[in-house]
Amino acid sequence: MSIDKEKIIHISKLARISIDSKKSDSLAKDLTSIFKFIEQLNEINTDKIEPLSSILNTPLRTREDKVDDGKIRDKILKNSPKKNEEFFVVPKVIE
Amino acid sequence: MSEIIKKNLSEIIELIKKKEIKSEELAQLYIDEANKSKKLNSFITTCFDNTIKKAKEFDKKPNSASLLPGIPLAVKDLFCTNGFRTTAGSKMLENFVPNYESTVTENLWKEGAILLGKLNCDEYAMGSSNETSYFGNVINPIAKNTVPGGSSGGSASALAANLTPATIGTDTGGSIRQPASFTGTVGLKPTYGLCSRWGIVAFASSLDQAGPMTKSVKDCAIMLEAMAGFDKKDSTSIDKKKENYSKNLKPNIKGLKIGIPKEYRVENMPKEIDELWNKGKSILKDLGANLIDITLPHTKYALPTYYIVAPAEASSNLARYDGVKYGYRSSQGKDLIGMYENTRSEGFGDEVKRRILIGTYVLSSGYYDAYYLKAQKVRQLIKKDFDENFAKVDAILTPSTPSSAFKIGEKTNDPISMYLNDIFTVPVNLAGLPAISVPAGLDKKGYPLGLQLIGKTLDEQNILNIAYAFEKNCNFNNEIKKWWL
Repeated sequence: MSIDKEKIIHISKLARISIDSKKSDSLAKDLTSIFKFIEQLNEINTDKIEPLSSILNTPLRTREDKVDDGKIRDKILKNSPKKNEEFFVVPKVIE
Repeated sequence: MSEIIKKNLSEIIELIKKKEIKSEELAQLYIDEANKSKKLNSFITTCFDNTIKKAKEFDKKPNSASLLPGIPLAVKDLFCTNGFRTTAGSKMLENFVPNYESTVTENLWKEGAILLGKLNCDEYAMGSSNETSYFGNVINPIAKNTVPGGSSGGSASALAANLTPATIGTDTGGSIRQPASFTGTVGLKPTYGLCSRWGIVAFASSLDQAGPMTKSVKDCAIMLEAMAGFDKKDSTSIDKKKENYSKNLKPNIKGLKIGIPKEYRVENMPKEIDELWNKGKSILKDLGANLIDITLPHTKYALPTYYIVAPAEASSNLARYDGVKYGYRSSQGKDLIGMYENTRSEGFGDEVKRRILIGTYVLSSGYYDAYYLKAQKVRQLIKKDFDENFAKVDAILTPSTPSSAFKIGEKTNDPISMYLNDIFTVPVNLAGLPAISVPAGLDKKGYPLGLQLIGKTLDEQNILNIAYAFEKNCNFNNEIKKWWL
């Protein structure tokens, strides 16, 4: 599959990464060659194969739904690039 | 005194235990060496004042019963360290100071080790040459302008240059084993789930594993023993008893069946790699192992599978970097979406963006079945290849890499040629198996090359034993000239 500039612009919107026009040309070229490589997989018939989503044989462990840390608001806020009292600050959102 | 830093970890532990050197003196030796070796760019952050403080505390109350008594260690900058900057080699986390400690590093400190600093790596561990780090290339001490491999390139470089007696890395597709091979050191990727992923900056969660990088197989066993263990904070951590890998290390491999997969003899592989592989086979045979030809028919599909699965998981994991809760935030953008888009555009480097875009695409509506689901099915076939063969053999011997270390800039313009570096290491991650790279020889340029031993699930002891026997009989000598001093 060939990936053109338009597709790069579409995917970068989905991924929330702004890409300038020059970059999208070189990315289109890179991704086209990568997808050509990836598409070797089409040589294999996998109709009757179950997908492998985890290599562990056991299901994921769950825990009791109980707070076991908590009271770490200030620690969590400490690394925020912009905060106001106990809130994260983001650009204004008006719908 | 300066000869001490050339010693293996196990020898240094003995010196500390016999009180022939103090932890503080030892720490100072490594600090002096690191200060003289800045040209290699192996460190992103150092915390030497704290190292000395902790070493003094150890010397006041030495506990020689622990596994790593008063041993200074530098670690890959992908492990969160409480109070010490953790960057993952990215501008995005340039000023990120975690207020918690990764389980694996916590385990090391509990065994008496002391943090020296954080080692350079490819951005978010995405790379095979340490050229994608925001903090610059790392140099391989074996030769000027040569890459140390990646993504644990700073770890490999620092270890080979004697800036740390041992270290830890992470391995998603070969990021411990390939740099170990490129620097003449030992690197082990454990079974998926043996070492906790908690507090490690995530790349591809179904593949990521932390592991030791050391100067000898014995050191590797000691480090693995210290790092590994069940952790309820990691939902994929395996709940099992701790093993004494170092105590149980035995170089006896008589009667073991070693599989030799024909698919690892790839097109255009340098003759030297083939010769090295033959040397490995004959050493193991002379020690009493039985060599068995095996076939792993889906090997060639491992890399294409990996380049769907890993970017897909990475695109999900890296969605958290939005400029709100932590990390870099762009001042550009007229609304919230604009702030997200500019933050991620300015904060991530080219390779990371490339992989996020691949991952976003293969998971996007209309393409999921054709790519992601297909890759998961092929992953099943790759695992099945190993399962079937491990009914017949005890371990598998292959080369670690298809070439020795290359020059800086040699492969940066062609992503596929860079990705091909991991052709022998990636299948192991997809199948969740343990594997170790052991130095085996030098090529005609004098650059080191490694061989890889792949084991059954949780059979780390067995591959350590084979590697130990191999190391004793291989006579590998990698005396590095300190050209950068």
